[in-house]
Amino acid sequence: MKRNTFLTIGALAVFALFLTFADATLGRFTIRILNLSAIYIILALSLNLLNGFTGLFSLGHAGFMAVGAYVSALLTMTPAQKEMNFFLQPIVPFLRHVQLPFLVAIIIAGLCAALVAVIIGVPALRLRDDYLAIATLGFAEIIRVLITNAQSLTNGAQGLKGIPKYSTTWVVWGAATIAVLFMLALVRSSYGRTMKAVRDDEIAAEAMGVNVFKVKSTSFVISSFMAGIGGALLGHMISTIDPKMFTLVLTFNILLIVVLGGNGSITGSVIAAVLVTVLMEALRFLDMPMNFMFIKTDGLPGLRMVIFSILLMIVVLYRQRGLMGNKEFSWDMVFGLFGRKNSAQKGGHS
Amino acid sequence: MIKTEGVSMRFGGLTAVSDLNITIEKNEIVGLIGPNGAGKTTAFNTITGVYKPSEGRIIFKGTDITGSKPHRITALGIARTFQNIRLWKDMNVLENVLVACHLRMNVGVFASTLHLPHYLKREKKSREFAMSLLDSVGLADQAQEPSTSLPYGKQRRLEIVRALATEPSLLLLDEPAAGMNPQESMELMEFIVKIRDQYDLTILLIEHHMQVVMGVCSRMYVLDYGVTIAHGTPQQIRNDPKVIEAYLGVD
Repeated sequence: MKRNTFLTIGALAVFALFLTFADATLGRFTIRILNLSAIYIILALSLNLLNGFTGLFSLGHAGFMAVGAYVSALLTMTPAQKEMNFFLQPIVPFLRHVQLPFLVAIIIAGLCAALVAVIIGVPALRLRDDYLAIATLGFAEIIRVLITNAQSLTNGAQGLKGIPKYSTTWVVWGAATIAVLFMLALVRSSYGRTMKAVRDDEIAAEAMGVNVFKVKSTSFVISSFMAGIGGALLGHMISTIDPKMFTLVLTFNILLIVVLGGNGSITGSVIAAVLVTVLMEALRFLDMPMNFMFIKTDGLPGLRMVIFSILLMIVVLYRQRGLMGNKEFSWDMVFGLFGRKNSAQKGGHS
Repeated sequence: MIKTEGVSMRFGGLTAVSDLNITIEKNEIVGLIGPNGAGKTTAFNTITGVYKPSEGRIIFKGTDITGSKPHRITALGIARTFQNIRLWKDMNVLENVLVACHLRMNVGVFASTLHLPHYLKREKKSREFAMSLLDSVGLADQAQEPSTSLPYGKQRRLEIVRALATEPSLLLLDEPAAGMNPQESMELMEFIVKIRDQYDLTILLIEHHMQVVMGVCSRMYVLDYGVTIAHGTPQQIRNDPKVIEAYLGVD
């Protein structure tokens, strides 16, 4: 026990050191991938709360991210930037001169996403399984269409440019750390257990006095709050957002991370978020023109997504429950792994 | 304790239960028996709020609970087990019981996530309560094992323990002896009497095997095709020609 705590603190310290070093020395492109991983950790955790821990199959994540990204962007941009952006139609008066500190804006962004979740959740959460997935997917599309058409509020299809770049390495990794700690605390608490009970057997949960609808709504709202924060951080990192960013493809990427990492595993989501984000960039060469000895290609946009699809299929075929299953990473697991290898070697020698 | 007044449950054209009138007094053990498809489980489901009865009223401790949500009914003090075991598979034995304890813990999502002092206190109390319950059925040693790794008989016991963790005053057992050999069934019956005395319970149980219920129930109701065909003491039921007809058929 003591050894494990020691190792965890050690690993976190090493990681903090790494971040300090990376922030100071690495190029902007590399840092951006690093920070994108942190944002994907937050997003994957929020979807995992729904999918993995409460058993609600939702495909509406991009919608909540869009709400968060837009709210935070509009609340932090300077009046001058807003005027520059809104050249087709002037911005609604009450937003024209608003400029809030980043922390306040991002929390309001999360709360707005949560509020939308309450409005959507009341009718949608009465549905189950695939029906819920379709309904949430529909709601996410509605949000996107609303954003596209609310010209004076969101600048429509032109999107917003020049969003202040508040998402520094420390901000996003700080947020990701809070998200991980929050999820660990929630999932291990009594309330977290009721979520798992709803996931495993809703009828039994109801019969044991669990208010199933309330638990589902709570999970949905918390998840959307986190998605809103994640969306806002994403906006503040790339400094440009438009409605086309928040399509099903974005939700799919997050779902990919959750499934790869393991439905119902927090550490699994963290590992998969980093893995997928890094691979997504590392495999970018596949989309470029390639030159093998005899075969030349002119570049096949989307080839790296093929790799991801194959990866997903391999995982589904050989590790049905993802990299981590529904277990959490632990030091005992690492030592167990080495222990087994050692004993296997010993077995081989004797 | 509990009274159903003319409860009927219809699914489309099928009447699963018709005009059910059950009255159970405090601390009684009452049996609900009948052949396959007689509507016993449907009767349970209407009492526990899974179905809203098409007709009639259900009165529990003087409160009309007809059509209430299942979790509300559980909060009022009715707990149940299931015919086909419904344990939470991805949780260990202790966690299964702890989920049922949540009802009486009365903590919200924020208090439990932030591990506020009053949450920690209640969580500790719940764990002690859950362990004492598990101990009373000899499952304390297996508290950390996955619930599905338990042998069948123990899974049934765990389901009963889980129901007890909601601190009920009325316990509904749906075929607790299903799939058990005569020896195990007799042990289970002793166990049911024991928990009745220990936790001051009233028990309504569905059973298939006549012999088994005869020993433990003070009174019983016999259903056939949704209709209550007989009701009385085990002795009366045993000699009732209608019951014999329903169970064995007549020439």
